[in-house]
Amino acid sequence: MKKGSSTQGWLWFIVLLAAIAMPWAFYNYHTGRHSGFVISMLSQMGMMSILALSYNMLLGQSGLFSFCHAVFFGIGGYATIHFLNLARDGTLPIPLELVPVLAGLSGGALAVVFGYMATKQRATAFAMITLGIGELMTTAALMFHHFFGGEGGVNSNRMIGHSLFGFKYGPSIQVYYLILAWTVISALLMLYLTRTPLGRMANASRDNFERVQFVGYDPRMVRFTQFLLSGFFAGIGGGLYAITYEIVTFDALAAPLSANALLMAYIGGSAAFGGPILGAVLITLLQSGVSLMSNSWLVYVGVLFITMVMFAPQGIMGLIAAHGPIVRGGRFGKLLLPYVRVIVPCLVMVLGFVGVVELASFLTIGAAQGKVLVLFGHKIDEHDVLPWLAALICLAVGTSWFALEARSFRRVWDGLMSELKPERSAA
Amino acid sequence: MTELALSLCGVNKSFGNMQIIRGVNLDIKKGERHAIIGPNGAGKTTLFNLMSGRFRLSSGEILLNGERVDGLPPHQINRKGLSRSFQITSIFHRLSVFENLRCALLWSMGYRYSFWTPLWRQRELNEKTARMLEELNLTSRGDTPAGLLSYADQRALEIGMTIAGGASVIMLDEPTAGMSNTETDNAVELIRRVSKDKTLVMVEHDMKVVFDLADIITVLVYGQVIASGPPAAVRANPAVQEAYLGSLAA
Repeated sequence: MKKGSSTQGWLWFIVLLAAIAMPWAFYNYHTGRHSGFVISMLSQMGMMSILALSYNMLLGQSGLFSFCHAVFFGIGGYATIHFLNLARDGTLPIPLELVPVLAGLSGGALAVVFGYMATKQRATAFAMITLGIGELMTTAALMFHHFFGGEGGVNSNRMIGHSLFGFKYGPSIQVYYLILAWTVISALLMLYLTRTPLGRMANASRDNFERVQFVGYDPRMVRFTQFLLSGFFAGIGGGLYAITYEIVTFDALAAPLSANALLMAYIGGSAAFGGPILGAVLITLLQSGVSLMSNSWLVYVGVLFITMVMFAPQGIMGLIAAHGPIVRGGRFGKLLLPYVRVIVPCLVMVLGFVGVVELASFLTIGAAQGKVLVLFGHKIDEHDVLPWLAALICLAVGTSWFALEARSFRRVWDGLMSELKPERSAA
Repeated sequence: MTELALSLCGVNKSFGNMQIIRGVNLDIKKGERHAIIGPNGAGKTTLFNLMSGRFRLSSGEILLNGERVDGLPPHQINRKGLSRSFQITSIFHRLSVFENLRCALLWSMGYRYSFWTPLWRQRELNEKTARMLEELNLTSRGDTPAGLLSYADQRALEIGMTIAGGASVIMLDEPTAGMSNTETDNAVELIRRVSKDKTLVMVEHDMKVVFDLADIITVLVYGQVIASGPPAAVRANPAVQEAYLGSLAA
C-alpha cells in the first residue's frame, strides 16, 4: 500500500512538471510570444481542478449530492472583483497573491449560511435544497445590481500594483503560474483534510450515517463542517477566475457550472482523490478544444458522461486502478494486443458517431451560421447521401465489431484476473 | 440510584395507533449482563432503539447512570456512555477494518471535528486501534475494506466498534444471529471478554447464548415485561413457560 501511494505521488509530480513546462511547449520563439489559447486553457484547467476537487469533498468523500457548488465559486469571484477594486483604491493593502485567500473566506462564509440550511438533511432532501439555493443565488445575482452588477456583471483590473514577488500580473503567463501555485496549494490542503478526523468521519457518514451517531458524532456537524470547507476551496477557485478574466457575471455561479463540477468529479473518478483533476483537465479540453472545432461539443460531453455512468461508474481513475493488480503481476503485456483489437473498432465506431452528429449539426445550426463542412480539404455537402451512408456504415460496423471484440477482451481480462488471484491472496 | 446503569420508567411507544411498547419498567444494575428475550414482534429491538435514542419515546423516562437521556439525540446518549450494535450489521463498508475501529475511537479520545490533526501522527490513537484489532483477531485483515469481510468477521468488527469508545453500557442486538455453531462460540467468548467490568444489555434469540452469558433475563411479550430475574427463576416462571418457552416447545 505504501509503495502504491508513493508511485502515485511521483506520477502527480510528473503531471505538475508537465503543467509547469506546457506553456513553453507552445511558445512561439519567432514572435517571442506565448500561445494565448494554450495559456487560457491551462489556466481554466487549474481553476476547474480546484472546483472539481472541492466538489468531490462533498460527492466522493461525504456522499453528498450538491447542485449549488458553483455558488461558492461564483461568490469568491464576485468578492474578488470588489477586493481588487478596493486594492486599486488603496483601501485594501493586500498583495495579489493573497487575494484568493479572501475569495476563499467569502465562499466559506456563504457556505456557513447555506450549509446551515442544506446540511440539516442528507441524500435526496439535501440535493433538493441545494438545487433551490442555486436558483436563489442566480436570481439574486440578477436582482442586486450593487454587488453583482446585473447581467453585465462586475469588472476590475488585476494589476493592483501590489505583489509579494514584484510581479505586475499583466501578462497572462504570470497569472497562469499564480493559478498553478494555488491549485497545488489547494489540492495539497484538500488531500491533507482527507487524513484528519473530520475527513475520515465524512467518509464514515457517507458509508453509514447512522453508525456515525453511535460512535459519538453528530452526522450533521460532520456534513456542515465539510460543506463549509468545500465552499472555502471553491471560493479560492472563483477568486482565481476573477483574477484571470477580470470580469465576473452570473455564469460563474449558475447551475451549468454546478453541473460541470459534478461532471468533472464523476468522469474523473470520485472515489480517488486525484480523479476530479483528471476530469477537470478532460472536460476543459473538450470545452475549449473541441468547442472550437465543433458546434456539437456538448453532445460529446453528454455521451461521454452517459458512457462513464453506464460502463465505468468509478471514473477514469477507477479504470486506471483496475489495472493495478495486472501491472503489478507483470501481465500487462498480455493486454496490449487485446487492447489494439478493441481500440480499432472503437475508433471506427466513434468516427461513425462523430460523422452522424456533425452532419446533423451542419444541417441545422451550421446552415444557420453559414458554415461549410470541410474535411481533408474537400467540401462535403451534408445534403448528399454518400457522407451520411459512410457515417452510418462506420457506426453500424464499428459498433457490432466493437461488441464482438469487447467480449473477447472481457475473456482475456477475466482470465488474467483469475490467474492472479492466488498470488494476491498469498501476498 | 447510582448503582443503576439504566432505568426505564413507564416507557411507552406507539407508531400511529399501534402501541408497541406498553409501560415498560426496567432497572439494569451496573456490571450486570442483561438479556432481553421474547417472541418475534415483542418489541425488543424497538426497546433498544428507544434506549439508544434512535426513536423518541411516546411517554415515560429513561435514566442512564442516573441522568435523564430520553429525548436526546443518539450521539449525545453515546457520549454519555451508551454504545450499541445493530441487528443488521452496521459498519463503514468502504473504509478499511482499521479505519472502522479508528473512527469508533475518535470521539472518546477527544478529536471531535478536527480538520487540522493529521491522523497518521496520532501514536496513541493508532496504537490503541492496533490493540483493538489484535483483540478482535482481525490484525491480518486490517487493510481490507470492511464490506469484504466474512459475515462473522463483520459482526466481530461491529462489536469491536461498539466497545471501542469505552462506553460503560454496551447494547448488542442479536450479536450471534446468522452464525454457525463455532462462530457463535467464538462470538460468545469475545462478548464475555470485552464486556468485562461493563454493563451488557443484549437481545438474543439463541437460548444457549442467553443462558451462557446473562446474569438477569427479562422477558418481553407484546411490549410488556412479563418476567425479569436470574435465569433459573425465569426458566421456572409459569407465565414465561406459557407465553414464550412453551410456544417454542410446541
